[in-house]
Amino acid sequence: MASIDYPLERPKVGTKDWGFAEHMYDWVATVDHKKLGIMYIVSALLFLVIAGIMALVIRTQLALPNGHVVAPDTYNRLFTMHGTTMVFLLGMPLVAGFSNYLVPLMIGARDMAFPRLNAFGFWIFLFGGFLLYFSYLGGSGLYGAGSAPDVGWFAYAPLTEKPFSLGHSTDYWALGIIVSGIGTIASAINVIATTFSLRCPGMTLSRMPMFVWVMLIDSWLILVAFPPLTAAQIMLLLDRYLGANFFYTQRGGSAVLWQHLFWIFGHPEVYILIFPAFAILSEVIPIFSRKPIFGRPAMVGAVVAIGFISLGVWAHHMFAVGMTSYANSFFAASTMLVGIPTGIKIFNWTATMYGGKVNLKTPMLFCCGFLLQFLIAGLTGIMLAIAPFDWQLHDSYFVVGHFHFTLAEGLVFGIFAGLYYWFPKITGRMYNEKLGKWHFWLFVIGVNLTFIPMHFAGILGMPRRIYTYQAGRGWEFWQFSATIGAYIQAIAVAIYVWNVVHSAIKGEPAGDDPWDGWTLEWATTSPPPEYNFEKLPVVRSSRPLWDLKHPHDPDWKYE
Amino acid sequence: MLIQAVIALLQAPYANLPQYPVANTFDPLATPGQAEKGIALLTIAITTGIFVVTAGLIVYGIWRYRIRPGDDATQEPPQVYGSNQIEVAWTVIPILIVFVLIGVSVRVIAAVQNASPSQSSVKLQLIGHQWWWTVNYPQFGVVTANEIHVPVSPDGKMVTEVRLESVDVAHSFWIPQLAGKMDLIPNRINYTWIDPHQPGVYYGNCAEYCGTQHANMLLRVIAQPTADFNRWAYEQKQPAVDDPNAAEGKKAFLSLACVNCHLIKGTPSAGVFGPDLTHLMSRQTIGAGVLPLNHENLRAWVNDPQQIKPGCLMPSMKLTGPELDHVVAYLETLH
Amino acid sequence: MADALDLTADALTLEREWKTPDRGTVGIIFLIITESVLFLTFVAVYLVYIGASVTGPYPKDVLETPILATVCLLSSSLTIVAAEWALERNRIGMFRIWWLVTIVLGLYFLFDTGMEWKKLIYVDHLTISTNLFGTTFYSLVGLHASHVTVGMIFLLLVIGVNLLGFPIETQKRRVKFLSWYWHFVDAVWVIVFTVVYIISTR
Ligand code: HEA
Ligand code: HEA
Ligand code: HEC
Ligand code: CUA
Ligand SMILES: [Cu+2]
Repeated sequence: MASIDYPLERPKVGTKDWGFAEHMYDWVATVDHKKLGIMYIVSALLFLVIAGIMALVIRTQLALPNGHVVAPDTYNRLFTMHGTTMVFLLGMPLVAGFSNYLVPLMIGARDMAFPRLNAFGFWIFLFGGFLLYFSYLGGSGLYGAGSAPDVGWFAYAPLTEKPFSLGHSTDYWALGIIVSGIGTIASAINVIATTFSLRCPGMTLSRMPMFVWVMLIDSWLILVAFPPLTAAQIMLLLDRYLGANFFYTQRGGSAVLWQHLFWIFGHPEVYILIFPAFAILSEVIPIFSRKPIFGRPAMVGAVVAIGFISLGVWAHHMFAVGMTSYANSFFAASTMLVGIPTGIKIFNWTATMYGGKVNLKTPMLFCCGFLLQFLIAGLTGIMLAIAPFDWQLHDSYFVVGHFHFTLAEGLVFGIFAGLYYWFPKITGRMYNEKLGKWHFWLFVIGVNLTFIPMHFAGILGMPRRIYTYQAGRGWEFWQFSATIGAYIQAIAVAIYVWNVVHSAIKGEPAGDDPWDGWTLEWATTSPPPEYNFEKLPVVRSSRPLWDLKHPHDPDWKYE
Repeated sequence: MLIQAVIALLQAPYANLPQYPVANTFDPLATPGQAEKGIALLTIAITTGIFVVTAGLIVYGIWRYRIRPGDDATQEPPQVYGSNQIEVAWTVIPILIVFVLIGVSVRVIAAVQNASPSQSSVKLQLIGHQWWWTVNYPQFGVVTANEIHVPVSPDGKMVTEVRLESVDVAHSFWIPQLAGKMDLIPNRINYTWIDPHQPGVYYGNCAEYCGTQHANMLLRVIAQPTADFNRWAYEQKQPAVDDPNAAEGKKAFLSLACVNCHLIKGTPSAGVFGPDLTHLMSRQTIGAGVLPLNHENLRAWVNDPQQIKPGCLMPSMKLTGPELDHVVAYLETLH
Repeated sequence: MADALDLTADALTLEREWKTPDRGTVGIIFLIITESVLFLTFVAVYLVYIGASVTGPYPKDVLETPILATVCLLSSSLTIVAAEWALERNRIGMFRIWWLVTIVLGLYFLFDTGMEWKKLIYVDHLTISTNLFGTTFYSLVGLHASHVTVGMIFLLLVIGVNLLGFPIETQKRRVKFLSWYWHFVDAVWVIVFTVVYIISTR
C-alpha cells in the first residue's frame, strides 16, 4: 500500500449542532485537500471579480478619447493591480485549487502527501494577496496615503528603483508576490509528491488521468520557473533597501537583466496558467463525446514538450530591446516551435469529438469555445513570434488582445468548463443549465467584442498602458466597442455568480455520478467524504469506471 | 478639441505637409516598415489558412457529432483510442510550416537589423526623459525636443540613423508608419534607422511604459525635402531671437526658476532638465504632444502644466498675472 | 460503489504488491531542485556582472580564498554521513559525537564568512552598495550563508531535542532528509567557491 503514515482518524465533521464559530474554525483549521481546494478556488474567483471590476474602470476610462474617469496615476495602479491580480491571485490559486481538489480524488488517495504543508501553502498565498492589496492603505508608509504599485505587472527596472518609485508600493508588489509564490511552490511540491507517492494500487503513471498528468508537468514548471522571479525580486528589494546595484542603471546595473530574469519566469508562467485549462479540457471533452481521449500518449508527450520548450523562449518578449539579430532569430524560432505541440493538443481534442456523441451541456460548450478562441490566440501568438512583425506589435494593444485571448478566453473558458463540470461533485447539487447557457453565450459575445477590436487598435499604432488618447488617431471605435464588450462580460460573470450561489443552496440533488464519468472522483459520494474513499480503489486502466460499467468491454484489454 | 487641433495645424509652420495621425502599421512609408509589412502579410495569410482549416474541423466535428433529439443516449459510440498515422501527419505538417516561417523571419530580421548604418546621411541621437524627448543632431550642432526632423528619402537613400539612449527609465521609439519599435534603455545604446519615402508629419508614441505620463509621451517625425530640412537645421542652429519688444518677458523669464531647467541658446538660461526652448515656436506641439502649440495652450501650460499633464516633471510655477503675460509673450518670440 | 472496484482476486495481489516512492523523498528532491534554480539564478547574475564594476574594489584585490572554511564545510558532509551511519545502527553516542562535529564544522564556516565580511566592510570598504562586485558578492555568498544558517538551525534542533531525551531513533527518515539538504548546501558551496573565488579573481 501507499505510504500513508498520518492518522486517518479525524474528528467527525459537519454535525448538526455546529454553530457559525465551529464551522469557521473547521474551515480555518482544516488540512483536508478538498476544503483547501475549495478555498483556493473561491478566493481566486473573488480576486477575479475584484480585478474584473478594475478592468471595468479601465474600460470606462478608455471608452472615449480624453477620458476623465480616473487620474493618470490611478489608472496606472489599476492596470498594474489588474494584471498582477489576474496572474498571481487568480491564475495561480486556480492551479493549486484544481489540483488540490482533484488530484487525490483522481488517483484514489485519501489526501495530499503533506496535508499540513498544503494548509500552510493556502494561507501564505492568501497572506501574500493581502500584502499586495494592503498597499492601497499603507503604500506610502505611515505618513502618506495609500498607493498601490504602478509599475506594470512585469515591473520593468529601473522604473522600480527608489528614485523613480518612491514610497513602498513597489515593495508591496515584490513582497506580496514572493510570499504568495512560496505558497505556490509548496503546493507544487505537494502535487508532485502526491502523484508520485499516493497513487492507488494499479494506478501506474501511464494510467493516470490526463488531468493529473498535466498538473504534474504544471507543478514541475512552477518549480523551475518561480525561483528566477523570486531571485529577481529579492535583488530588487536589496536594491531598494540596502542600496545594491543590480538594476540601478546609474551605477552600472542593467535594466535588461531584469527583463531577462522576469521573462525566464514570465513565459513559462503563461503556460503554467493555461495548463489547468488544458487539464480540464482533457477530462471534459472525452466525457461529453463519450469517447476516450484521442492519442493519449501524444497528448502527454505534447504537454511534456511544451513544458520543456517553454523554458527557452522567454526573450520573445524582448524583441525590441536591441538584441543581436542572432538572438532575435533564435527566440523567434524557438517560440514558433511551441506551436507544434500545442497544435497536437488542439487536433487531438478535436479528433476526440469525431465519431463520438457530442453533448453540448454547459461544460462542453465552454470547451468548444476554448478550442476556437484559443486557436485564434495561438495564431496571433505566432504573429508576435515573427520578430519583425513584433517590432510593430510589441507593447501595442495587439499584444493586449493576444494575451486576453489566451487568458480571458483560454484560461477563463477552461476554468468555467471545469467549474461547471465538477460543480455537482463539489456541492452535490446540479447547476442551472439554462443560466449556464446564458452565461456562455453572453460571455462569448462579450469577450470577442472586447478583445478582437484591441488587435485592430494595436495595428493602428495604439500603445498599451496609456490612460488616455487623443481623438483622431483611429482608435475610438475599437476602444468603444471593447468597453461595451467588457460590460457584457460583467453581466455574464454576474449570471455565473448567481447560478453558483443559488444552485449550491437550492439546486437539484445531482447524485454521485451525473455525467456517467470514468475517473475515480465519480466513484465516491458527492460531495466526497473527508476520507474520500471508504476503501482504496484498485485500477487497471486509465478509465477505471468505464471498466466497471462495461465489464464485457473494459479498457485494460486494449492497453 | 478637434477643431482646436485643426486650427492649430493650419497655423503651424509645417501645415502644408501631409499629416498622418492614424499610424497604420499596414500603411508603411519607409523601408523597415515595408519589410515588416511584407512578412506580416505573409504570416497573416499562413495563419488565416491554418485557422480556416482547423476551425473548420472543429466546427464540423461539433456539428456533425452533436447529439440530436431522438438519439439513443444509452448507446456508447465506438471507442477509438488514437491513430499513429494521423498523429504523425498533424505533427509533420505544422513542423514544415514553422520552418518556412522561421526561414523568412531570419531573413527579414537580418535585412532590417544588419542594414549597414554607414549609408546613413543624417545621424541623430534621441534621448528619452520622463515624459519627453531630446532630439540631438551632433552633425549640425542642433538640439531640439519632441519633434524629429529628417530629410525625406524618396529612393531610400537618405537614411537617418537614430541612436537611442535614456537618462532615466526605459522608453521606446515607435513611429508605426516608418519602422517597428526600438527601446531606449538607460545605460545602453541602441540603434535603429528610418527613411521616410514621402514628406509628411508622422505620429508616434513612447511605447514602453515609463511612469505616470507615459500616455502623453508623444513624438512626431517631420519628413521634409532635403532643402527644407537643411534650412530648418540652419535656423535651429542660430541662437534665440532677441526681440526687443519682449525684453520685459525675457527679464522675467531669466529671473525665474525656469532657467534651472530650460536652455535658451544665447541667454544665461542653461538648464538641461527640461526641453530646449531656443526655438520653441518652431514646434507644432507642447508638452511632448499633449497640446498643439498656440497662444492659449502655451499660456495655460506656463500657468500650470500640472493641469494639462498631471504628474509631469515641470512644477506649477505660480506666476502672477502680469508675469505670466510677459513670459508667454517672450516665449512666443522664440522662433 | 468504491468497494466494487477492488474485489477480484488479482486485485488483491495487485494491492499487496503495489509500491510507490516515499513521499518525503519525492518532496525533498523537488525542494532541492527548486532551490537549485534559485541559486542558479544568483550564480548566473554573478557571472554576468563579473568585470562590470565601474569602481573598485575588485575581486582580485580583496578576496582571500577561504581554504580552511571550505575544507570544514566539505568535510562536514562526511561527518554527517558518519552520524547517519551510527544512527542507522542505533549507536546513539557515536551519532551525537559526529553530529556535534558537523555542527562545529558548520559553525566555523559561518564564523569564517563573518570574519571575511567584517574585513571586507571595515578594511576594504566594500559594501553591498559600493559597486556591482559588492552587490553580487554579498547577495550570492549571503544567500548561501543563509542556507547554511537554516541547516545549522535544524542540526541544532536535532541534537537539542535528542539531548533533552527525545528518542532520535524514531526520526531516521527525517535525519536522512536533513543530511540530504546539508549535502546540497555543500554542493552549492563548491559552485559558489569556483565562481566567486576562482573565476572572478582572475
Ligand atoms: C495562457 C497564456 C498564454 C499562452 C498559452 C500564450 C501562447 C503563445 N504566445 Fe503569448 N503571451 C501571453 C500569454 C500567453 N501566450 C501574455 C500574458 C503575454 C504578454 C505579457 C505582457 O507583455 O504583459 C504574451 C505575449 C506574447 C509575446 C510577446 C509579445 C510582445 O510583447 O511583443 C509573444 C511573442 O512571440 C507571444 C507568443 C506566443 C506563442 C507563439 C504562443 C504559442 O504557445 C501558441 C501556440 C498555439 C498555436 C500556434 C495554435 C494551435 C496550433 C495549431 C493549429 C498548429 C498549427 C500551427 C502552426 C504551424 C503555427 N506571446
Ligand atoms: C487571467 C488574466 C486576465 C483576465 C481574465 C483579464 C480580464 C480582463 N482584462 Fe486584462 N490584463 C491582464 C490579465 C487578464 N485580464 C494582464 C496580465 C494585463 C497587463 C497588465 C499590465 O499591463 O501590467 C491586462 C491588461 C488589461 C488591459 C490593458 C490596460 C492597459 O494596457 O492600459 C485592459 C484594457 O481594456 C484589460 C481589460 C480586461 C477586461 C475587460 C477583462 C474581462 O475579461 C474581465 C471580466 C470580468 C469581470 C467584468 C468581472 C466583473 C464581475 C462582476 C461585476 C460580477 C458582479 C459581482 C458580484 C455579484 C459580487 N486588461
Ligand atoms: C523643475 C524643472 C522645470 C522648471 C523650473 C520649469 N520647467 Fe518648463 N519643463 C520642464 C519639463 C521636465 C518639461 C517637459 C514636460 C513634459 O513634456 O513632460 C517642461 C516643458 C516646458 C515647455 C514645453 C516645451 C515643449 O517643447 O514641449 C515650456 C514652454 C516650458 N516648460 C516653459 C517653462 C517656463 C516658462 C518656466 C518658468 C516659468 C519653466 N518651464 C520652468 C521642467 C521645468
Ligand atoms: Cu516613455 Cu513611455
Ligand atoms: Cu511569452
